[in-house]
Amino acid sequence: MSTHRAPWLRALAIGLAFGAVAVHLSVVGVLLMLHKRWIVVDTLSLGQAILVVLGIGAGGMAAARVETGLGGRGHLTMGALAGVASGVPIALLTLAIAFVPLQSIFIALSPDLLDMLTLSQGPSLGVMILVGGATLAGLLGAGLRLIPASYTRPLIPGAVTVLVAGVFQELIQLMLQQYQGIVTDIQDLLYTWEGLTAQGAIILFAIGVACGVVARQLRARNLIRNPVPNPKRERFIWAGVALAVLVVLPAVAGSYIGQVLMLVGLYILMGMGLNLEVGLAGLLDLGFVAFFAVGAYTTALLTADSPHALMHLPYWGAMPVAVLLSVCIGVLFGLPVLGIRGDYLAVATMGLGEIVRVLVMSDFAAPLLGGAQGVLQIPKPSIGSFQLGSPVSLFYLTLVCSAVAAFVAWRLENSRLGRAWMALRDDEDVAQALGINLVRSKLLAYGLGAAFAGLAGSIFATMLTSVYPSSFQLLISINVLALIIVGGMGSLPGVVLGSIALIGLPELLREFGEYRYLFYGAALVIMMHLRPEGLWPSEARQRELHSRDETLALDAGSDAVPVQGD
Amino acid sequence: MSQALTQRAPQRAAWLIWLGRLNAVDIVLAALRILVVLVVVAGTVGTLVKNRYDAAQWVDFVVFGLTLGAIYAQIALGYTMVYGVLRMINFAHGDFVMCGAFAGYFVATPLERSGFLENHPVLGMGTILLVAILTSTSIALLTERIAYRPFRRVTGLAPLICAIGVSFFLEQTFRGMFGSAVKSYPSPTWQSITVDVFGFKVLSVNLLVMGLAVVFMTALYLIVQRTKMGIAMRAVSEDGEAAALMGIDVNKVVVFTFALGGAMAGISGVFYAFVYKQVYFFMGFTPGVKAFGAAVLGGIGNIPGAMLGGLFLGLVESVGPTLFLDGLGIPAPYQLRDMIAFTLLIMVLIFRPQGLLGEKLAKKRA
Repeated sequence: MSTHRAPWLRALAIGLAFGAVAVHLSVVGVLLMLHKRWIVVDTLSLGQAILVVLGIGAGGMAAARVETGLGGRGHLTMGALAGVASGVPIALLTLAIAFVPLQSIFIALSPDLLDMLTLSQGPSLGVMILVGGATLAGLLGAGLRLIPASYTRPLIPGAVTVLVAGVFQELIQLMLQQYQGIVTDIQDLLYTWEGLTAQGAIILFAIGVACGVVARQLRARNLIRNPVPNPKRERFIWAGVALAVLVVLPAVAGSYIGQVLMLVGLYILMGMGLNLEVGLAGLLDLGFVAFFAVGAYTTALLTADSPHALMHLPYWGAMPVAVLLSVCIGVLFGLPVLGIRGDYLAVATMGLGEIVRVLVMSDFAAPLLGGAQGVLQIPKPSIGSFQLGSPVSLFYLTLVCSAVAAFVAWRLENSRLGRAWMALRDDEDVAQALGINLVRSKLLAYGLGAAFAGLAGSIFATMLTSVYPSSFQLLISINVLALIIVGGMGSLPGVVLGSIALIGLPELLREFGEYRYLFYGAALVIMMHLRPEGLWPSEARQRELHSRDETLALDAGSDAVPVQGD
Repeated sequence: MSQALTQRAPQRAAWLIWLGRLNAVDIVLAALRILVVLVVVAGTVGTLVKNRYDAAQWVDFVVFGLTLGAIYAQIALGYTMVYGVLRMINFAHGDFVMCGAFAGYFVATPLERSGFLENHPVLGMGTILLVAILTSTSIALLTERIAYRPFRRVTGLAPLICAIGVSFFLEQTFRGMFGSAVKSYPSPTWQSITVDVFGFKVLSVNLLVMGLAVVFMTALYLIVQRTKMGIAMRAVSEDGEAAALMGIDVNKVVVFTFALGGAMAGISGVFYAFVYKQVYFFMGFTPGVKAFGAAVLGGIGNIPGAMLGGLFLGLVESVGPTLFLDGLGIPAPYQLRDMIAFTLLIMVLIFRPQGLLGEKLAKKRA
């Protein structure tokens, strides 16, 4: 890092970077979209909160990164400076919107956005508010850095509680409405029909902070009693909690949540499949969607009540066939690209995926696959006389399949084959020299990965009761790739976490959907830079990175005299 | 050592040894090769026998193919140069093309409305190209600085995944800024005049694109071959560490490479948009992937190779559907155009990853 620059210049640069993010969000239209969602009704919108957070972030980062040698006063000055710098770009943008007709080119720079940025106070006063607010936010950010963590940490759960309760107010209120008595009283206390009230926000914030304090105390006491932390046990507890929530939530929360969770489940299935290929075997496959399509089309052609159907099997007969066929296609797909490595493999598999899509779309394959119109009228599965018609019941089907798949994936990970894959990922040549059969292991990775995707495709087909070629875009491969990278490559809980974060959240914030891929792109870049191992890394991966840190530290220690303080 | 062994081995027929070494994978790959060759040959014979197209139509296909090829060649240059210097696939390069096309659109539309583009074709095109070049180059430089620079020394999948992220980020940023609708590109009347070349009628826009592409590519070739910076660039792509030891500022070279690639992407974006008459946020993806294929086809890291590969790919894509598929009785073969391009890409990656002109880089990768 360039430490030779003057401190105030560095603070300025940090502030401007945060300001640039704010400008980007406004020009792209995200800010205004988020402004339409209240956190606290008529007081604070999600968009405004983002601006405040950016200011605080700028201040905090400047205070942490820039060393002035002036102690606390210096930190505060740098924080304020970064805050100002983060406010100036957005203020300039505001002036530009006010005085230049930009909307004919940049569709997002509307009068509404101007209204939001200036708090409806007109451009001159609005700009002052923006810059002043950013300065205050910067100061606050720097101040939070100076206060000991034991005081600031509990604020985080408080803020998160308010955020969740405010942003998802519709869903929460819908859920609460099903009950009477004390639940209704609580609802009236916290919410109006529009959303969270200021009073409710304060109450929830207080509860969140209190929980944070208690949790800290408990953890501290636990640490005294049991100084060696047991991350494995903690992980199991968290995974158990997540599973319990997944099982209970859709039954409680109704069909909308059920539908969202069903999608999440499908992506978990696909994620686990791609995880075998990318996470374990290191084969970056961008044509993954082809297997999904094979599963969906096989199911459609074997069960549908349409002229294209080859047979009219019940769903349970078609599903195994779909999975088997996906495996075959996976192996076929893998055969020609066996000798291709690394980046080239990614492009080759992407090409294969595109070929499949072009073929399915074309008139050439239309007599068999239905062309652009697709195959319609796929029946829902049924157990005995009970039809799995509703999204919630299909969600449980997905959950069961995911559980089975997770078990398989978990057993595979620690099997001989899984270890062979990991060896192959780390160094193909060495792996081969150690007697690992490259052809077999690679083809198994493709085949098994495809099986998971085929299963997901099969469920997808009955969920929609129809399949179209336009459902099988490259974007799906990118979705799956993004979720396993965000979650953590090679980590099963990571897949679950990733698909909840990347598939579930945008579905819940419906207007968010339009910008989903913007955030995926940003997430891929940011994850690769800041946390390449993912949010919930696999133990092996973590150990690798950790041991590398240790060796680095040893290296650094051996040839450099450690410098302490100044 | 191995020579001594073979000499001492009993005299066995060469083909028997070869047969003994065969395995299932080789057989499948050979079958794949034979299948593709069979389809191409059968299709060509079929089409020629049917004789449904006259000479003028074939010339049309070829001219369009060369036009497309000239555009692919320019995009491919960006891939090849970056690969040569950094050994990474700049997955977002196709989106630099899109950025250039958009920038050109916002200049071309007012110019068209005021009648300037109609009356002053040279000045008009010059302005459009200049703005496109500036936009694409600055976006390329920003991308390099923010997203790629931290990965200079990182191997493995991280840089590629980051580049995929950049690609999506750029596409969605443009979609957010300018909307998701397909915008139709202005088409001044002088672009749709037909010109008589050797007795065949050719659209002037195609001639313009081909002619300018030749000019720009020659300029680029001269820059890379003659200027100090170009020589430094070739030195870095030959051996980065040795070049750094010789006092070449690798950072500067990388920036220069991205600037050149970005400029070429901007130009080809404008051309692509003038040929297809439309812009939208996802338009860079397909030509990007195909141009990458062209770069590999020509031998990645090899500049004349990229030009050759681009032209070849454009020709195959334009002539191929009719020549190879029509004869097989496939309905609407033009729908499978992309399939032919992707098949070519995959075949090259499988059978000749070092490309037509490249030799050295081939195996030592990943």
